Amino acid sequence: MINPTEYVPKSYHARVSTYWWLTRWVYLKFILREVSSVFVAWFVVVTLLQIRAVTSGPADYGEFQRWLRSPLLLTLNAVSFFFVVFHAVTWFNLSAKAMVVRVGGKRLPGIAIAAPNYAAWAVASGAVAWILLRG
Amino acid sequence: MNKRSNEPFLWMLFSAGGVISALLLPIHILLFGLAFPLGCLDAPSQEKLIHLIKHPITRLYLFTLCSLPLFHWAHRFRFTLYDGLQIKHLNELINVFCYGGAVVGTALAAYLLWNIR
Amino acid sequence: MANRITIEVARYHPAHDEKPGFDTYEVPLRKEWVVLDALNYIKDHLDGTLSFRWSCRMGVCGSCGMTVNGVPKLTCATFLSDYAPGPVRVEPLKNFPVLRDLVVDTSDFLVKLGKSKPWIIRKVEKPLDEEYLQTPEELDAYKQYSMCINCMLCYAACPVYGLDPLFSGPAAIALAQRYNLDSRDQGANQRLDILSQHDGIWGCTFVGECTQVCPKNVDPAGAIQQYKLTATTEWLKALVLPRGGT
Ligand code: SF4
Ligand code: FES
Repeated sequence: MINPTEYVPKSYHARVSTYWWLTRWVYLKFILREVSSVFVAWFVVVTLLQIRAVTSGPADYGEFQRWLRSPLLLTLNAVSFFFVVFHAVTWFNLSAKAMVVRVGGKRLPGIAIAAPNYAAWAVASGAVAWILLRG
Repeated sequence: MNKRSNEPFLWMLFSAGGVISALLLPIHILLFGLAFPLGCLDAPSQEKLIHLIKHPITRLYLFTLCSLPLFHWAHRFRFTLYDGLQIKHLNELINVFCYGGAVVGTALAAYLLWNIR
Repeated sequence: MANRITIEVARYHPAHDEKPGFDTYEVPLRKEWVVLDALNYIKDHLDGTLSFRWSCRMGVCGSCGMTVNGVPKLTCATFLSDYAPGPVRVEPLKNFPVLRDLVVDTSDFLVKLGKSKPWIIRKVEKPLDEEYLQTPEELDAYKQYSMCINCMLCYAACPVYGLDPLFSGPAAIALAQRYNLDSRDQGANQRLDILSQHDGIWGCTFVGECTQVCPKNVDPAGAIQQYKLTATTEWLKALVLPRGGT
């Protein structure tokens, strides 16, 4: 009988690089999509400050508005805007992929789910703008 | 199923927050963060805003706008730290920071909006 | 079109290499040649020691998956001419231990696949002479997922799998869905118990690259999101009706 020693093959295990998200464009796009959440959080903070400023009177609100006009804040918000739009677009497109809606036994194509998302986006943005800008 | 896992709950908050952020944050940033400060559009006055904010529906709206997106951030940021920086061993710390931050922000929003005379 | 192309092939011999290196070969560049043809040419004419797996050379057996210029590919369905003028870099599938050259150890995937219980589970089997009828719509519900050939390209594309060995991974979840959505199956709860655990599905961050690289349009990324939705619905049900359901 042959020696029944179990054969354990030696193998090479590559470690995933900490910078794996730089190795391919698709991964970088993914990480940017995730990082968009930081800008989401940032603008929630701005909104909280805004609520406080509005509720504590015209003087405080004027101060808050001046703060928003500083170059640093404008730059930050321009970048945030870019990221949040990126979030919105990727979110709507991905949710179309994640959801299965069947009509009469056939799966609706992604566009049929994404389109209403975009429509809702337009309506919501329009409503907010209208309320703030009218009168 | 594994009833102790709270991932489904966190995922629900994450998804709801993702929808709210996608639908509403771009226009908020565009107006309050860029168009008004740059003077492209006339900013609404403080009187108008306070008048708006006193309405319960606006308060509910602002509460949603502040709380859910923070949980969305918490979820994504947690995984970005896990996978992007490979620091999953700091799990507890990360959870406290991310979800703790979201809870504090939510509490702050509730406090601010509740205390409007 | 130049008539030769350079191929850099990852080489690793467990007995005398610490880590993989590259060997460079020049092979004829023919219009109808795929990367696998080039590897076979190397093995037949240039270097008989090169090891790699393949079988069907027509995209159905799923054994020839490798990394071609950084992207997971079925080498029997990837044309050399798409990479002209070269060089083309061929490496083993990422995220799996390398046994030798282009051959990887797939055990982890096979264990995970087994945990998904990818077979039809019945509470009570019908007698042998009775059929399980299915309408075209019922077939359509899971057909896409049943196309999987276990090639593991999706695992190689998934950074989360590379980082978190507990994550079930794309194909195992897509195949769980394949049976969950089958009208003849009654095992959805058993699979949910296993997959909805902490790292089973929740580690997925929807990078989506698994779906991009899948040669069979299985869309594992979509399957995982749908599975998260199912798990969340079940979680809510368990919350509202702690004893009911199941
Ligand atoms: S899901 Fe696609 S990529 Fe993954 S193993 Fe199956 S066929 Fe291959
Ligand atoms: S050799 Fe069978 S899939 Fe490529």
